[in-house]
Amino acid sequence: MTLATQPVTEIERSYWQRNQQTLAPWLFLMPAILFFAVYVIYPVFQSFNLSLYEWDGLGQAEYVGLRNYEDLYWEYVDRDSFYVSLKNNLIWLVLYLLAIPAGLFIALFLNQTVTGIRLYKSLFFFPFVISQVVVGLVFTWFYDPAFGILNVVLGWFGAGPVNILGSEGTVTYGIILAGLWPQTAYCMILYLTGLNAVNPEQIEAGRLDGAKGWRMLWHVVLPQLRPATFIAFVVTIIGALRSFDLISVMTSGGPFGSSKVLAYYMFEVSLSEYGFRMGYGAAIAVVLFAIMMIFITYFLWSMYREEKR
Amino acid sequence: MFPTPLDKRPPSARVTYQAFLPLALIAWLLPLLAVAIFSIKPGADFTNANYWGVPSSFNFIENYGQVFFNSDMPKYLLNSFLITIPTVIGAVALSAMAGFALGVYKFKANIWLFFMFVAGNFVPFQILMVPVRDLTLDLGLYNTKTGLVLFHVAFQTGFCTLFMRNFIKALPYELIEAARVEGISEIRIFWYVVLPLMKPALAALAVLIFTFIWNDYFWAVVLTQGPDSQPVTAGITAFNSEFRAMYHMMSAGSIVAALPPVAMFFLMQKHFIAGLTLGAVK
Repeated sequence: MTLATQPVTEIERSYWQRNQQTLAPWLFLMPAILFFAVYVIYPVFQSFNLSLYEWDGLGQAEYVGLRNYEDLYWEYVDRDSFYVSLKNNLIWLVLYLLAIPAGLFIALFLNQTVTGIRLYKSLFFFPFVISQVVVGLVFTWFYDPAFGILNVVLGWFGAGPVNILGSEGTVTYGIILAGLWPQTAYCMILYLTGLNAVNPEQIEAGRLDGAKGWRMLWHVVLPQLRPATFIAFVVTIIGALRSFDLISVMTSGGPFGSSKVLAYYMFEVSLSEYGFRMGYGAAIAVVLFAIMMIFITYFLWSMYREEKR
Repeated sequence: MFPTPLDKRPPSARVTYQAFLPLALIAWLLPLLAVAIFSIKPGADFTNANYWGVPSSFNFIENYGQVFFNSDMPKYLLNSFLITIPTVIGAVALSAMAGFALGVYKFKANIWLFFMFVAGNFVPFQILMVPVRDLTLDLGLYNTKTGLVLFHVAFQTGFCTLFMRNFIKALPYELIEAARVEGISEIRIFWYVVLPLMKPALAALAVLIFTFIWNDYFWAVVLTQGPDSQPVTAGITAFNSEFRAMYHMMSAGSIVAALPPVAMFFLMQKHFIAGLTLGAVK
């Protein structure tokens, strides 16, 4: 009976009904893919192409081959800009990673149950919620040689006033410290969540084996925090390479261009009063992209391994 | 629990900890506290170099009143809301659908499309800057809120899709299979079966995206100018040049600019942290 009716219903079902399992995913994906392709994927290739041209953003673009990259490499156009930015990017990358141990430290400090601890956790976290522009302003005033609270505190210990953002030797470190403030809060919250999920039995087993303090942290707790550490690493690296807001707000790349990073240098070259050298800017963006690509590949590779398991 | 809970330690440890906690917090928030104090001081204190002494008067209402009634700040705040809210709706809608497609269906391009969204999300802004600016100019949307919203929706879709897809993958697949056996169409499955289960993810993402977009500065500078379309992050620069060296005003302005995401965080804390720490626990 059922066998006999089968072909009839097969014909009655429309094309959509027969194929909806194959069609539905594309239907659902269409808007997202469209937006993402137009605004993210295609522009990446456009920038690659643009880096081979000289263009002021308005007139005719002139094909110059790899000259933009040669200019960068030999610093023909802007003396002491490309390598200073590159060096600062490296300093950012290395020092920004301090947010991970610092975040872990604060998370361990706050991982207790006393009254009001929830509020303390939120208050420790909340620098992350503030925009980097405001963080930049706050730290600019914090460092201010005339009235900054930093110098007030230094004064108590008899140390003289320092102008952190005004001298070429310290400016980048000063900005990084400002960046570390919200970033540490971010890593802290990742670790607090991770610590919540740490297996108490393993901790007890460790205690019975006589593990304490550092040994316990290193051999028992940290291995269980691996997922948190991975995410902290990803967001910190991305954050370090994205550093733009703080530099723009705190120093505009100064003094004498000494706090520039590639992200800021690119913006300055393409869109500021120094002129609209779009092709040259695109070449800088490509270099930054190449650095980022090393990490993106690593992240995707790690995720791919997770997916396969 | 690690480190050792305080109630398993001598009572002196507990007392020390509880005494140390507020001190640590004050040290941690010191730069911010300084700004909060600045924002209630009268302007005269700054001209008299009375930076850290007792405020000569309590000017909370005057300073914040100035910010709200005598500057472009309300305009910038309104712009920020008009940019942030449509972006949140757009990005969450697009990524809920895309995440559903990538989380439920098995097809060849699935993992590659997923990786495309993840990789795109990590791309440095600078490599998109010139082409996106040109595109926005060509569309006639330069210096409009719409232009900014369209880009933000597109870019945030990357992160949101990653989030949604992982969330949907963790849902019980039997539910969807059961619905299919009943003959329910795929679209209805999405709308009536999966979407109600995604409420926590939708809330978490909405709060998170709100904060990200509110705090965006780079694209605001690249795609807009002037108080008619600029959000508050970019507007604060203009605000500060208007009130140059008037630190009480600049401080009050900064606090106002930072407030909405802070309020959002404290009101929706659970969702916010659930969103941020997704994947931090396996």
